Amino acid sequence: MNPVISVRDLQKTFGSVVAARDINVDIPALQTVGIIGANGAGKTTFVNMITGHIKPTSGTISFAGKDVTGLPSRTICRMGISRSFQVAQIFPSLTVYENMCAAAAIARTNASVFRYALMPLLNEAAVSETEEAIDLFQLSKYRDAPAATLPQGVRKLLDIAMAVAGRPQVLLLDEPTSGISVEEKYDLMEIVMAALKSRKVTVLFVEHDMELVDRFAERVLAFYDGTVISDGSPAEVLGDPRVQELITGHALPRSGSVAHA
Amino acid sequence: MAGGKHILGGLLFVAAAAVGPFLPAWLISLLTIALASALVVLGLVLLWRAGLVSFGQALYYAIGAYAVALMMRWTGIHDAFLAVIIAAFAAALTAFFVGFLLARYREIFFAMLSLALSMILYGVLVKTEALGSTDGFNVSTPTFLGYAPHGFELTVALYWYALALGAIAAVIVGAYMRSVAGALAVPVRDNEIRVEYLGVSATRLIHLKLVIAGTLGGVGGAIAAMSISHVDPAMSYWTTSGGFVFITILAGAGSVAAAFIGSILFELVRTASVALMPGTWQLILGTVLLLTILFLPDGLGSLFTRRRKVAGESAQ
Amino acid sequence: MLLGLAILTDGLVYAAYLFIVAVGLSLIFGVMKILNVAHGAFYAFGAYCAATAAGMYFDRGLPDAGGFLVMAFAAIAVGLVLGLILERTILRLVYGKDEVIIVLVTYAAFLILEDAIILIWGPSSLSAYQPLVISGNFMIGQLVLSGYDLGLVLLAILLAVGGFLGLRHTRYGRLLTAVIFDRETAAAFGVNVTRFFTITFVIGAMLGALGGAAMAPKISVTLGIGVEVIVLAFAVVAVGGMGSMEGALVGALIVGLCRAAAVHLLPQVELFVIYAVMALVLVFRPHGLFTRAQPRKI
Repeated sequence: MNPVISVRDLQKTFGSVVAARDINVDIPALQTVGIIGANGAGKTTFVNMITGHIKPTSGTISFAGKDVTGLPSRTICRMGISRSFQVAQIFPSLTVYENMCAAAAIARTNASVFRYALMPLLNEAAVSETEEAIDLFQLSKYRDAPAATLPQGVRKLLDIAMAVAGRPQVLLLDEPTSGISVEEKYDLMEIVMAALKSRKVTVLFVEHDMELVDRFAERVLAFYDGTVISDGSPAEVLGDPRVQELITGHALPRSGSVAHA
Repeated sequence: MAGGKHILGGLLFVAAAAVGPFLPAWLISLLTIALASALVVLGLVLLWRAGLVSFGQALYYAIGAYAVALMMRWTGIHDAFLAVIIAAFAAALTAFFVGFLLARYREIFFAMLSLALSMILYGVLVKTEALGSTDGFNVSTPTFLGYAPHGFELTVALYWYALALGAIAAVIVGAYMRSVAGALAVPVRDNEIRVEYLGVSATRLIHLKLVIAGTLGGVGGAIAAMSISHVDPAMSYWTTSGGFVFITILAGAGSVAAAFIGSILFELVRTASVALMPGTWQLILGTVLLLTILFLPDGLGSLFTRRRKVAGESAQ
Repeated sequence: MLLGLAILTDGLVYAAYLFIVAVGLSLIFGVMKILNVAHGAFYAFGAYCAATAAGMYFDRGLPDAGGFLVMAFAAIAVGLVLGLILERTILRLVYGKDEVIIVLVTYAAFLILEDAIILIWGPSSLSAYQPLVISGNFMIGQLVLSGYDLGLVLLAILLAVGGFLGLRHTRYGRLLTAVIFDRETAAAFGVNVTRFFTITFVIGAMLGALGGAAMAPKISVTLGIGVEVIVLAFAVVAVGGMGSMEGALVGALIVGLCRAAAVHLLPQVELFVIYAVMALVLVFRPHGLFTRAQPRKI
């Protein structure tokens, strides 16, 4: 089976700072990958290179067999790689429903801007799809609330929901639970992961909370000093002494033994 | 669809046309100029929804006006329909090329660059002897596909022509606002990053809006030129742009109707204050603008219409 | 060579005038992020007050030097009053709102003030030629230089130097630099930003009015001078960078020299060239030549 994302010898330097080096990763379709590492270790750089926010200095990134190295973010998005943001990027003056409509409308066609001028905003298919997406991410309660008034967790959900409006194959979540209280993190991730599974999306998520990584990731990439120092199942990576020394700082309970209220 | 509103709007246009010949000539001319301004303001409304204020729409207004005047002077053709087509084309072309530049800017820089561009044209017009410098020059009487009215008939004919163009513009702009491109104005204003990461180029969207706004501005200028029978560089001056912006704020960015109502009100107030209390109409204008910004930030239009939502509007 | 010298001197004089007029605008934008359209009105009021003061002072047998002071004082006083009124009443209400909204508010204020001038002074124009006559002329080689123009250049230099020193060595000046750089952090460090804004706006207004007073003897003080000057000031500030003293200086020099060159070489492009330079700078360095661009936040 061909990997849906394939990264070879990826490097990124900013002047004299090496932000990423020698990254080689193959990600099979539908896998859920957790990305961990301290700040500055290269996680965000890695994500930004895949999504086209920055151009790699050298190396290649392939998506479904096609070379996407250095392509602009809009093109990459259209090809099927989407992302959510650490600070939820939503449209504050619109309601949740309107936010989702906008995302759905954009996803409907990949044509020129001019074509958009000829497309009416809503049709039946778009409406039902928007409603379905709202249900999927459990946003119904907030359907008509202006996005600016949403609590942080719901904002994140909206951000992610919009990111998958275009039915991407791959979704990168940049710290999906940052800024959320400890009690709510779990619930958020449950909703998100269930939704993404049903949409058949390959997920890569950057996380600092190791328990979440342990619970939700099938595979973990540990970043340190710009490169991947450990790659394997959560048990393997989180149990790796180097990872414990450099990143997590202590041994974690095994998967399945994390009790959650 | 928003059928009710459309029917009402259509009726109003027809009523306005019917009532025309019974109004005094000065009022008909005033309404014609108001319609010309309304077209420019429609363009500004489109940009305002996307979060942009252009302080340079006078550029297209002047281009449209001078295009008509020059066409008549150089080719001897006085047809009003051709005049508007040429004006629209000239303005659209300008907006298209200018847009490559302008669409990359936002907020204050957008305002200043648009201002600078209109002032460049002003500078050129003022110093060009062949175009009459500061005095400008006169515009010949327009004809309408062979029909050549004069005097009061001409005034009414121009008025009807302006109404027709206004109605067409209203329909087109309304449809645009309900399209995806038009509806994306608010998302672009709110969060360009999100729009980009959903796969749309905000810059290209804005470029499209600039071209539409520019074209509308050009047609407005064409009507004004034919109505006033004169063009001069002041049509490109920043205070002309300022006047259009003023109406936009007054009207609010909510609806197409507001552009027309706002323009008519503006012309009425201006004419009234110049006539009754000369030397104070800027005072009145400034005060009204201030009060509107402070107490009615969504413009007068918000008094009459509910706050229009992106999806809500189209779902009706 | 004479032509070159003429362009240079004309350019410097015009630059001095532009600097005096634009530095207040630059200051206000730098600190408060407000593009103050009413600056044109401060200028106009300054010119009118100075001209009125000149009319009352000169030709009475009083010492000539006093006349200059009286004109300057009249302008500064009106700037102080108008600036205070505008900032305290109208501006206060819109702080924190969208930048463009604030520009529109200042535009509204500008319209009101323009008509206030008509109401106070009527439609006829004033003149204040006396300072021009008093200052006489100098000859440099074959060029005739008006003493008054020289005085303008000196005033501009004085303002620039005073500004530089003030920024570096006074408490207000250093606070100013901090607030321009990062308002929030400055506030977090205890700077009373509200009072700071008032002081800054008033200083900017006084400078604008002073600009009007400085130009009064050279022009016919009449309706519409504010309207013309505001776009010129915008051009200077856009070229040099908003909020920077060096920027206002360089912007004034560039615009001044370009205009002088146009006037002498190709008069048709005199106006065009000013706004073309403005547009060019906005295209390549939208933050002006002297301000660093804000980093993009994602």
